[in-house]
Amino acid sequence: MAHSTVGVIFSNIHDENIPELSRQRTMASVPFGGRYRLIDFALSNMVNSGITTVGIVTKNNYQSLIDHLGSGKEWDLARKDGGIKLLPPYSDETDKPYTTRLEALMGITGFLNHRNEDYVVISDCDGIAHMNIADIVRYHEENGADITMVYHEETEPSESSYFITLQPDASGRIKGLRINPSDLKKGKRYNLYVNIMVMSREFLVNTIQSAVQRGFSSFGRDILAKNVDTLRIFGYAFKGYYAGVNSIQDYYKHSMELLEKPVRDELFGARDIYTKVRDSAPSKYLEGATVKDSLISDGCVIEGTVENCILFRGVKVGKGSVVKNSIIMQDTVIGEHVSLDSVITDKNVVIRDRRTLAGCPELPYFVSKGRML
Amino acid sequence: MLRKKECVAMLLAGGQGSRLYALTNNIAKPAVAFGAKYRIIDFPLSNCINSGIDTVGVLTQYEPLELNEYIGNGQPWDLDRAFGGVHILSPYQAKKKQSWFEGTANAIYQNLHFMKKYDPDYILILSGDHIYKMDYADMLRAHKATGADCTIAAIEVPIKEASRFGVLNCNPDGTIYEFEEKPKQPKSNLASMGIYIFTAKKLFDYLEADDKNPDSSKDFGKDILPAMLKAGEKMVSYRFKGYWKDVGTITSLWESNMDLLGAEPAFDVGDSDWKIHSRNPLAPPEYIGEKAVVDNSLIALGCEIEGNVKNSVLASNVIVEAGATVRNSVIMAGTVIRKNAVVEYSIIDENVTVETGATVGAPKEEGAGIAVLGRGITIASGAKVAGGVILDKDYKGE
Repeated sequence: MAHSTVGVIFSNIHDENIPELSRQRTMASVPFGGRYRLIDFALSNMVNSGITTVGIVTKNNYQSLIDHLGSGKEWDLARKDGGIKLLPPYSDETDKPYTTRLEALMGITGFLNHRNEDYVVISDCDGIAHMNIADIVRYHEENGADITMVYHEETEPSESSYFITLQPDASGRIKGLRINPSDLKKGKRYNLYVNIMVMSREFLVNTIQSAVQRGFSSFGRDILAKNVDTLRIFGYAFKGYYAGVNSIQDYYKHSMELLEKPVRDELFGARDIYTKVRDSAPSKYLEGATVKDSLISDGCVIEGTVENCILFRGVKVGKGSVVKNSIIMQDTVIGEHVSLDSVITDKNVVIRDRRTLAGCPELPYFVSKGRML
Repeated sequence: MLRKKECVAMLLAGGQGSRLYALTNNIAKPAVAFGAKYRIIDFPLSNCINSGIDTVGVLTQYEPLELNEYIGNGQPWDLDRAFGGVHILSPYQAKKKQSWFEGTANAIYQNLHFMKKYDPDYILILSGDHIYKMDYADMLRAHKATGADCTIAAIEVPIKEASRFGVLNCNPDGTIYEFEEKPKQPKSNLASMGIYIFTAKKLFDYLEADDKNPDSSKDFGKDILPAMLKAGEKMVSYRFKGYWKDVGTITSLWESNMDLLGAEPAFDVGDSDWKIHSRNPLAPPEYIGEKAVVDNSLIALGCEIEGNVKNSVLASNVIVEAGATVRNSVIMAGTVIRKNAVVEYSIIDENVTVETGATVGAPKEEGAGIAVLGRGITIASGAKVAGGVILDKDYKGE
């Protein structure tokens, strides 16, 4: 990269999208794809694009995130200068912790002021994609843009409670920007902002400062929507695979898409996705095990039948059990002669012998963390 | 704070492993892959950290590049320490001397200054050739309790195999009265495991004396131990009961990999009380395809299996295409088995390509032995590699 870029990741925004999975953790630390957490995709994209400093904005429930990130060395972000910087909310007697993205940005002006990179890329953790951030920064520079927003063309209405659609002109400049439009129809194309944007650090710091002075509170409404005509806001069309996780249904659907080879090749084939390692043993397939069309992480021991599933690390599937169309998270123990279909189990769940649980792909049956059934 | 370590481990990892043939053409034996995600050296290193020993010198000599890279700063074994940790000790030049390590004892002798830096009371000598889980702390307790100058870990082996080992002849109290290196007629079946704890000062004295002896071959088994015994030092055996396997031959390497399979394996790498640490591959979970059949196998991350895998150990990023069969085999990282190829009773090193319809190896029952394919080679489409054959170059068939 000709110019240097610092990353900022919002770990909590969108927590409300999948309350089932984010009750005890940030959106960033929601497990995904057998051995990852959602933040691994945003972080790996940054690292693979040459970014060496990433500020991670947290608010609450971030113990699991701290545990996951550690010193940052798994992402090669244990650096003398920079690396991973956790940015917990700042508050005192008069200030409450932030409630909006803009307030969160106000809280990290100290971090932004002390950096010396030219650009800032801001990303949320609700999307799974393999994206070259350096390309986006280059596009931003070439356009002389104030803000570049990354979008992905969608045909399914968003299930998110807060989202933005963009109308770029032929040059890519955004001419229209709508927040939560209600007229999106299935099958109709629209450009969904994927919560990744690039600005110069100076522009961001100045924007935050003037927003503080004017008492603004919403980045989307007060800064983006109000200034579409005056600011040079550009849209960067991301053409690759993009999976937004806006509900438990989305989560289930996009997890299952990993069983398709082109999706796996795009996400994992070209570049590494980094994550915390656990020194688990290789997975063991015992005599009589049947495994079809599934992703299996390390440390699993499988004696039963597993079809069309994603198994996280350390899952046990006992003899005679049949697990289909399910997402089984870390260290879940499935006893013998259990039948599961379209189930999501969170971490450390125990399913006793001879239990039967079933949901459907549209409404997977969810078992919360640590439960014993 | 006192800058001192009670016990420093010295791991002899210079072995060429010539009986592993093509598998050690470019790497030292301790760096040979094992058990789908490990390398042989992970076992002594994990034993060290699990036993509370955090200072380890790794002595390398033969093809050290990959081993050095693998060990790196020691962080995967939690051996990345401000004081102590793991250190690679290579032969070096100095004002007064310039030499390769001449024997096991000489290798340790040349690194006296490394050990002395930690002012240790005890030195643990290890080798990088074995697969086992052992609590060295318990052995150290025994060493202190008996007041020995040297404690040698020992295991019972079938008497007909004893002549391959250093054999310990002991009194009923465990003290050693005779040490025989690879005897033709062994008097006991108690084999030395090549794991020694020395009281540091004694070891240093004997190493210095040995270095001055022009007739010495500078080997622990042949020189140091007999000299100590002769001088009447207290030498005690420490009985180890458990899995211990020398993986120095193709057959033993294959067997030891197979010992990991099954619900109650002979050797369990998934034991959460004694974790085997390793450098982890960066890879997504393995994908098992719709038509795949995977039975009684160990499969590492990043594999893509569309064919049949039975009684086998597959390391990370191995691809088995549709219609291909892998049976009773050990496949190392990044190898590709293309459509309708058959691999039977083989060990295949990293990044090998077995092209469509090729055959490698023959069933064990046919008695031809294990086929071995060295690193990075290609077996051409339709080619047949017979059982027991060892290849380290591309093969196009007859």
